[in-house]
Amino acid sequence: MSDEKKQLEELTSQEYKYGFVTDIEADELPLGLNEDIIRAISRKKNEPEFLTEWRLKAYRHWLKMEEPHWAKVKYPPIDYQAIRYYSAPKNQPKYNSLDEVDPKLLETYEKLGIPLEEQKVLAGVAVDAVFDSVSVATTFKEKLSELGIIFCSMSEAIREHPDLVRKYLGSVVPPTDNFFAALNSAVFSDGSFVYIPKGVRCPMELSTYFRINAAQTGQFERTLIVADEGAYVSYLEGCTAPMRDENQLHAAVVELVALKDAEIKYSTVQNWYPGDEEGRGGIYNFVTKRGICYDNAKISWTQVETGSAITWKYPSVILKGDNSIGEFYSVALTNNRQQADTGTKMIHLGKNTRSTIVSKGISAGKSDNSYRGLVKVGKNATNARNYSQCDSLLIGDKCGAHTFPYIDVQNTTAQVEHEATTSKIGEDQIFYLNQRGISTEDAVSMIVNGYCREVFRELPMEFAVEAQNLLSLSLEGSVG
Amino acid sequence: MSLLEIRNLHATVEGKEILKGINLTVNEGEIHAIMGPNGSGKSTLANVLAGRDLYQVTEGEVIYKGKNLLEMSPEERAREGIFLAFQYPVEIPGVSNMYFLKTALNEKRKHHGLPELDAADFLKLVRDKMKIVDIDQNLLNRPVNEGFSGGEKKRNEIFQMAVLEPTLAILDETDSGLDIDALKAVAEGVNRLRRDDNAFIVVTHYQRLLNYIVPDYVHVLYKGQIVKSDGRELAFELEEKGYDWLK
Ligand SMILES: Nc1ncnc2c1ncn2[C@@H]1O[C@H](COP(=O)(O)OP(=O)(O)O)[C@@H](O)[C@H]1O
Ligand SMILES: [Mg+2]
Repeated sequence: MSDEKKQLEELTSQEYKYGFVTDIEADELPLGLNEDIIRAISRKKNEPEFLTEWRLKAYRHWLKMEEPHWAKVKYPPIDYQAIRYYSAPKNQPKYNSLDEVDPKLLETYEKLGIPLEEQKVLAGVAVDAVFDSVSVATTFKEKLSELGIIFCSMSEAIREHPDLVRKYLGSVVPPTDNFFAALNSAVFSDGSFVYIPKGVRCPMELSTYFRINAAQTGQFERTLIVADEGAYVSYLEGCTAPMRDENQLHAAVVELVALKDAEIKYSTVQNWYPGDEEGRGGIYNFVTKRGICYDNAKISWTQVETGSAITWKYPSVILKGDNSIGEFYSVALTNNRQQADTGTKMIHLGKNTRSTIVSKGISAGKSDNSYRGLVKVGKNATNARNYSQCDSLLIGDKCGAHTFPYIDVQNTTAQVEHEATTSKIGEDQIFYLNQRGISTEDAVSMIVNGYCREVFRELPMEFAVEAQNLLSLSLEGSVG
Repeated sequence: MSLLEIRNLHATVEGKEILKGINLTVNEGEIHAIMGPNGSGKSTLANVLAGRDLYQVTEGEVIYKGKNLLEMSPEERAREGIFLAFQYPVEIPGVSNMYFLKTALNEKRKHHGLPELDAADFLKLVRDKMKIVDIDQNLLNRPVNEGFSGGEKKRNEIFQMAVLEPTLAILDETDSGLDIDALKAVAEGVNRLRRDDNAFIVVTHYQRLLNYIVPDYVHVLYKGQIVKSDGRELAFELEEKGYDWLK
């Protein structure tokens, strides 16, 4: 690794550590995992007894499980005893002004179009009274609470709304669901909790104003969103700014519950550090995301993934209720040595359920990009409909794209449609744009952004612009 | 000084020599027609001038505005005012025509030290250009050439030309496959864009287009060489006799 990169990495990992406001005193537990560690985590978080037990149960189950290796990703064995499962971030800012921050990092923020005040927070610069993320957050929280909306950290929800947490936590992704979900259930650090009451339409994109704080959620994030009957919410996760972490393994769980007539729109832009050109030091991201729809409910996942050394992620929807709708729109870009195995599962259980899958994979460099999707139609799911479209785009000839569609239909009235294409950026397309005065690098990013348009238009406006910039940035240097 | 000076230009594609010593001088204000049978190298010449990598120049030189054109990248050539209306315009799925054109124009403006146009100014410019080249507003909002008919693609090329205002425009068989209305629209566009300080090279297989775009010179390209050059009458002669007499 070059000195410059090292510096940047050091800087940014500190940024992660120091950049965010939290009320927990700086401290940490020893390395490794056992029941005492889990009890200690639970104690530090002042959790009620039921949750401590819940964690322990998950842990005991996890001990009996094996790390899954069916995904098309390769990585050295993970030593789960060499990981620190609790470490509270520290409180003080690292810098007094933006002038002290590495200009390269600021350049990146600039290219992504991140507002100045947010840049400060991200880089770990002391923020003045004009923009204190905590007070901004508080203002919006007050507005939301007038509508009965609960939006807080998972830790707070556990303390303040234990009944809701108890009812829904693990109801979509049970602690025993899979190896990484079990691990997360045992040790999860924090995350977000959202509850939208009956018939309430959340008036703002949640986390638009909070995403800076959301960025600190760390290694074992746990998010739970419940939209009660007839409610609507749009939730934004992640950040286009490059996020680094000294913790290599990340295993998050996100659960969505859309009760009768409710709608949840969940958008993610993910830009975890992918490692250097050889993939060293990048984040391993093993995520379990799943939602459940009751009658007439709708859940829509939209994701733009450009980061991580390894991505293992299949946001899914269980279409339990009649007439419910599941959607999955995804852009996954891999460059250099990145490996992504991502896709979705649509489980049709109710009658007249519909699902749509649009997946756009882009591989550049020496990366490997796989789409893995399951469409399952149960016996009672009369008139279920699915439409899947999986496109792969290759840049250069050293990368790989793979599609693994699994279809399991147990009801003869189902209609399942699958389309897949693989294409390359044509020399003729690049030349056409060159001939109009556009450089090759800009031409490639224009073509790739065009290719992803169907997904981008599902993103909230300001996020879409940043996502486009992010894609261009992630492609830099991918064409010779 | 002439705008473009091609001297003894040789070029190969995949090791095969296609251009075998082209000489051609184009001055500002002129329209040159290049005619010739299929496979004689017309598109090769157009692509070599635009700087396409696929074609290797093995001998000769090209001077454009007093500079060595062959040393410039394709995008530099474009920003310096060379425009190629493609014989087969390619589709760029998902990229809006307007966005693409605005980017192209602003690249050129930046290159010449002019401020970039914002969306509102660009829209105004587009409206003006729509008076010069008749084009359906819908085509401008759709992705570049995606699902356009042959005629719509050609119109789109001419519209881009109107927006980018090239100094040297090369039209590669823009007339082929057009019905008479589209052909007239294309020709009208060219005639309206014609000025004292720009020039056109019109590559065509038929003399039909030259009824509407009146060239100052007609050149016959045959087997990679210009075998005959003359005034407008040459086009009529070719129409009458075909290309067989060249053999
Ligand atoms: N990309 C290419 N690869 C291989 N051969 C080519 C390519 N482009 C042109 N040629 C060959 O070069 C010759 C001239 O082609 P072209 O310049 O397209 O002629 P014209 O435009 O006059 O019809 C033809 O024999 C054609 O097959
Ligand atoms: Mg041709």
